[in-house]
Order: sequence, then structure tokens, then C-alpha cells
Amino acid sequence: MIWGVLQFPGSCDERDALHACEMAGDGARLIWHESRDLDGVDGVVVPGGFSYGDYLRAGAIARFSPAMEAVAEAAAGGAPVIGICNGFQVLCEAGLLPGALLRNVELRFRCHQVELIEEGSGERLSIPAKHGEGRYYAPDELLDQLEANGQVAYRYADGHNSNGSVRDIAGVTNERGNVLGLMPHPEHAVDPLTGSTDGLRVFRRMSGVAA
Amino acid sequence: MLIRPKEGILDPQGKAVERALPALGFEGIGQVHVGRMVELEADDPEQLSELCEKLLANTLIEDYEIQTL
Repeated sequence: MIWGVLQFPGSCDERDALHACEMAGDGARLIWHESRDLDGVDGVVVPGGFSYGDYLRAGAIARFSPAMEAVAEAAAGGAPVIGICNGFQVLCEAGLLPGALLRNVELRFRCHQVELIEEGSGERLSIPAKHGEGRYYAPDELLDQLEANGQVAYRYADGHNSNGSVRDIAGVTNERGNVLGLMPHPEHAVDPLTGSTDGLRVFRRMSGVAA
Repeated sequence: MLIRPKEGILDPQGKAVERALPALGFEGIGQVHVGRMVELEADDPEQLSELCEKLLANTLIEDYEIQTL
């Protein structure tokens, strides 16, 4: 399994994402945002940061990049795609994932370790989160539909939803399950040195989609 | 183009401004919402709503209004 990690002007977590893919046992290489060709990779990580300065709305400009056109095609073909933080915002803006991310409820940039519950298994993951615009929002009817389809992938554990996301949602997938977006950063939780390796579980879940 | 948060969606920027008002002596002001304004010159104003739908607004969370001068 080879991951391509997109790099936009203003990305800042692409190096950790590369490292995380390798720690999870896969290969990975960077893909520049102007490239219309994904260079034969099996899956894509859209990393965190502030693509194109987050001008207009977070992710609003990045979604029109040539690389994102290629990602949309790959996703339609069933390739796994993970959007982390800004990458999640980009995937929502691109319409590859349902919903939108809004300013945190107290207008504060939040940077702390959060506990997530993986839907289905109930597994508890400890992963860092750091964002100012991470409040997941979708209208009620859409939320009901996402829950019925099993598209809610992760929720904040009790007391860990500091951004005000509706129904404590931290991550969602598309209907097919091959595109995943989440606000917390699994790529920063892959080495015992930094306190948790729970992020590997997120990468392995998505390499499983490719297999 | 005026772009503002959709009604019913929590607007923390508007709330923060609203909370600051009494301390400055402004009374009787409520329902504050902060949006943004985009100014541009267009040869064909017909295309502007498509521009709002595709780029300037995210219609899941924002409403837009076009004013021609």
C-alpha cells in the first residue's frame, strides 16, 4: 500500500502524515497540489494545515486544486482517502464528505489531547486535536441519515467535545466508507515517545479499505 | 455580495460582539451576526449567483445576497 500525501501552500502536517503512513507499515510520498496525476498511489492523505491561507473559508480554495480533481476521481474509484483537520475541511468543501466545519464554539483555537470513541467497536483512542474551525455541523435530517448509514466514524468522548460539534461528531465517512475525515490528528499519535500510538489504528482502518 | 451564517446556526462571532456591547454602553442591540462582503466588478451579473454557489458561500451553512450598484 502506497499513500500519497497532498502538499498545498500552507500545509503543515504533511511530514508527520508521511511518517505515520510508514509507521503503520505502508509506503508514502508527497504529491504537490499542482499535480493532476497521483503518481500511481493506492490512497491519499489530505493533511492538516492552512491550505491557501484558509482564505474565504477553510478548504474553500484548496478544493479547486488540480490534485483535488485527481483525488475526487480516485475516491469515486474506491481508493481510500483520509482528510485530517484542514484535510477534513477540504473534503467537506469538495463535497466528498457530508457536512461542514465551523468556528469553534468559544472562538478559541483548541490544542489538546482528546479521547475519541470509534463507532461500532467502541474502542477509545487518545489523539491530539488542534484547530480553530472544527465544529462539525450538518442539518438534523442529514445527521439522522449519517447515523442510519453508519457514516459517523468517531465521536468525542464525554467531556472532550470542546469545539461544539453537533452530536459530538469528530469524524465521518462517505456512504461507501472509503473517504474518511476527522478533526483530531492521528498522524501525531503514532510513536510511544509522544504518549499514544492510537493514531495508527486510523491509518490501518483505511489501508484496510484498499485491500 | 453579502454572505452571512444561515439562521439557526450558532454564530459565535456574532455572540462575542453582542456580549461586548453592554460594556461599551450600547443598550438594546441584539441578534448580531457577522458575515462578510465581497465587492467585485462583473460584466455579466447573471453569473454571480453561480459564483456564490460554487465558491463564495457554502450554502449548507451560509446564505448569500447579491446587490448590484
